[in-house]
Amino acid sequence: MMNLESIPIQAFLIVSSALFCIGIWGLLNSRNAVRVLMSIELMLNAVNINLMAFSSYVDNNLIQGQVFTIFVITVAAAEAAVGLAILLSLYRNRVTVDMESFNLLKW
Amino acid sequence: MSIAITTQIICFSVLSLVILIGALGVVLLESIVYSAFLLGGVFMSVAGLYLLLNASFVAAAQVLVYVGAVNVLIIFAIMLVNKKEDLKPISDIKSRRIISTSICLTLLSLLIRVDLTNAWSLSNPQNSIGEESTIRIGEHLFSDYLLPFEVASVLLLMAMIGAIVLARRDVMSKDISTGLPVDQELIEKSSEPLLTNKN
Repeated sequence: MMNLESIPIQAFLIVSSALFCIGIWGLLNSRNAVRVLMSIELMLNAVNINLMAFSSYVDNNLIQGQVFTIFVITVAAAEAAVGLAILLSLYRNRVTVDMESFNLLKW
Repeated sequence: MSIAITTQIICFSVLSLVILIGALGVVLLESIVYSAFLLGGVFMSVAGLYLLLNASFVAAAQVLVYVGAVNVLIIFAIMLVNKKEDLKPISDIKSRRIISTSICLTLLSLLIRVDLTNAWSLSNPQNSIGEESTIRIGEHLFSDYLLPFEVASVLLLMAMIGAIVLARRDVMSKDISTGLPVDQELIEKSSEPLLTNKN
């Protein structure tokens, strides 16, 4: 452990895998629609950690992963804005944020 | 990066602990407001990880966009739809929990196995661009990533207009379907749902 030159890339990958799985669990199990949006943000952050780790360890001269992370952050911001607007109009029509009551498309 | 390896390991362990415990809190806590503030902590710690990876520009963008915009937006949404409601109990909640947890754990073990067993072709740390990453990102954005950069600006414009159209109230003073005066206040109030429940 002491003759390490830098943190191994596997450490970053494991953290991002765990964060992604926590996000999926929250996405599947939460009943509040706002918490579902938060879980999506967690998953996007896990992807970003992954991209940044590869950009720093595998492609450390061109750092294209960092450019991709910038684009993912942009898309995440747009997604959050549109998602919360959809949530507001949904709440206006159904007067609830319970995910179980949004079953209009259920066959 | 010129920080000693021991310091880096300590910083990494603290940041990852904060990220994982905070993320568990986001999905597990009862109060949605606590979840929102813990989410801000998770975003800040992710920015710290980016700093450990020599990416100061992306760390700054993470703090500005995620903590400054997305998290504030989520807190506003919680304020606007803040309503205590008694959720209907689901009959097969236990089997659902078991299935989703096992799916997540299987996926996690699969991902960790790939992380640990694959031989990553790491590049030579001597070639590392180090602290110059902001300059390199700027070069990328205005040469080989110019088209995605411009498309991203159009995407942001579309998202802004779409959010306004979706979330605005009716400008008319009377509701078309019911004939009742439209509620013009900021905080959402409970009213009769327009769409009927299926069951």
